[in-house]
Amino acid sequence: MERKAVFANPEALTDDLTHYCPGCTHGIVHRLIAEVIDELEIREITIGIAPVGCAVLAYNYFNLDFAEAAHGRAPAMATGLKRVQPDKVVFTYQGDGDLAAIGTAEIVHAASRGENITAIFINNAIYGMTGGQMAPTTLPGQVTTSTPFGRDVKLAGYPLRVAELIATTSGAAYVVRRMVTKPATIASAKKAIKLAFQAQRAELGFSLVEILSSCPTNWGLSPLEALEWVEESMAAYYPLGDYKVIDEVKSLR
Amino acid sequence: MAKILMKGNEAIAEAAIRAGCEAYFGYPITPQTEILEYMSRQMVELGRTFLQAESELAAINMVYGAACAGSRVMTSTSSQGFSLMQEGISYIVCSEVPAVVINVMRGGPGLGNIQPSQGDYFQMTKGGGHGDYHVIVLAPATLQEAIDLTILAFDLADKYRSVVTIIADGMIGQIMEPVELPEIEPPQRPDQPWALTGAKGRERNIITSLYLGGPNLEEVNLRLQKTLDEIKANEVRYAEHMLEGAEIVVVAYGTAGRIAQTAVKEAREEGIPAGLFRPITMFPFPYARLDEVAKSVEHLLVFELSAGQMLEDVRLATRDRLPIHFYGKMGGVVPSPAEVLTEIEKIASP
Repeated sequence: MERKAVFANPEALTDDLTHYCPGCTHGIVHRLIAEVIDELEIREITIGIAPVGCAVLAYNYFNLDFAEAAHGRAPAMATGLKRVQPDKVVFTYQGDGDLAAIGTAEIVHAASRGENITAIFINNAIYGMTGGQMAPTTLPGQVTTSTPFGRDVKLAGYPLRVAELIATTSGAAYVVRRMVTKPATIASAKKAIKLAFQAQRAELGFSLVEILSSCPTNWGLSPLEALEWVEESMAAYYPLGDYKVIDEVKSLR
Repeated sequence: MAKILMKGNEAIAEAAIRAGCEAYFGYPITPQTEILEYMSRQMVELGRTFLQAESELAAINMVYGAACAGSRVMTSTSSQGFSLMQEGISYIVCSEVPAVVINVMRGGPGLGNIQPSQGDYFQMTKGGGHGDYHVIVLAPATLQEAIDLTILAFDLADKYRSVVTIIADGMIGQIMEPVELPEIEPPQRPDQPWALTGAKGRERNIITSLYLGGPNLEEVNLRLQKTLDEIKANEVRYAEHMLEGAEIVVVAYGTAGRIAQTAVKEAREEGIPAGLFRPITMFPFPYARLDEVAKSVEHLLVFELSAGQMLEDVRLATRDRLPIHFYGKMGGVVPSPAEVLTEIEKIASP
């Protein structure tokens, strides 16, 4: 009987096993990015920048040229790479501590300059790699190893809504928030990632896709419970949606 | 070739352009800002990359990114900004990509002032950021030397795939003097099979400074140290003035070296057998040559625009075998040659 492959690893992914915990959604987002890169046939011109955080080893999993940045500085590094090679596709892959705490200045100014790069922003409301401390996106009342009594906003301030913030910059062309909890939301996230890369290809400016993600290990939940928490608690504070889509990007749809 | 009158910062910037600098990222800080301003016009007119960053942190990481692409890249800053760049410099060194960083030093610590200083010797020559590393540190005493060393810096960065710095000060940055600008052919750069240019027709390239587990990082550490050994063997540079028959030798670099040169000449006119040893590479420091020089003299006088930082290397070089005097001025105070001469006279006639 003739056998036909109907499903395979994207060319833009390596065969390496990831180090991500069971139930973590990093793996899903990696795959979506890789599928988009394959579909757009841009693997040979795409350069990724890994963050400091759980995705610090992302360069092991993407079959692309890749750099590993200092904590929070991926947008600056991407700026340097892109400015000297404007014909390449450059994206950063950053978590919430990296992008929304230590690297806030870099992401805001990259967006404000209309830097023609794409940021994939993984918001899981916690510092995963260091073992579950409060992130800038940790929800009010959320227990972490550094908010053992729950995040007290009087003490620790409020969570930062990144997509809304970046959407206020004039240089941003495409800023949306998605989640990857079930097939429908995953399909929607993939469309957003694709549009972000297409916007960059069309030289329309800065694009950011925020993805609400799960961290069962550090949340102390099962993988399924974690996905439910994303849908019920995180999406309530961080509404899904399109926060900025300029007309030229709309016409790419 | 005709000489033209230029300001130090602009001469450094023009030298970088002539050396084939393809990308510049910087942030304004006195007394180096004219480098940024000069680049903002000239680089754009030449169709090269110029970008004013939102901070020194961003600037050095933009440099890092462009360096990963194989671009000939530079930034410039002054002391406080150099402190902020240390993180990025450590990453760039560990990643083994070439970059040039100019530091036009001003007074410190803290916000200090904007006057000339040599207070960054420690943070530039002893690593400065986290981890085991050094960067090459070149010290110009004149604007012509600033031009020549800036051009050299790019070639050394390529050769050793590392960071090369210029340790200048507000005096070098701000004075004007006649200089010759060399016409340079397009640079012959080494192949860069490691550069991030897209994995087309080859395996992917990864540039990282992360080496988890086992002996991986140690292997990188040992390779970096081996490179440093090559640098120490090949790149030591210094200048000597009036060492013939000298009994009192002043050791000074950069602007202090230039002031000392006048003081030494005046001392000779008074019949005092003085000389000058002026290190040009502060890393690698000319330990062996200074040790040799010290064998035939009675006294060393270390003169710095600091509390005595290079002084430690002079003591290391000579193991305190002879009297080492120190004259230092801090806070942006720049002594005249007459004041240095007074120090020489005190040693000659105690």
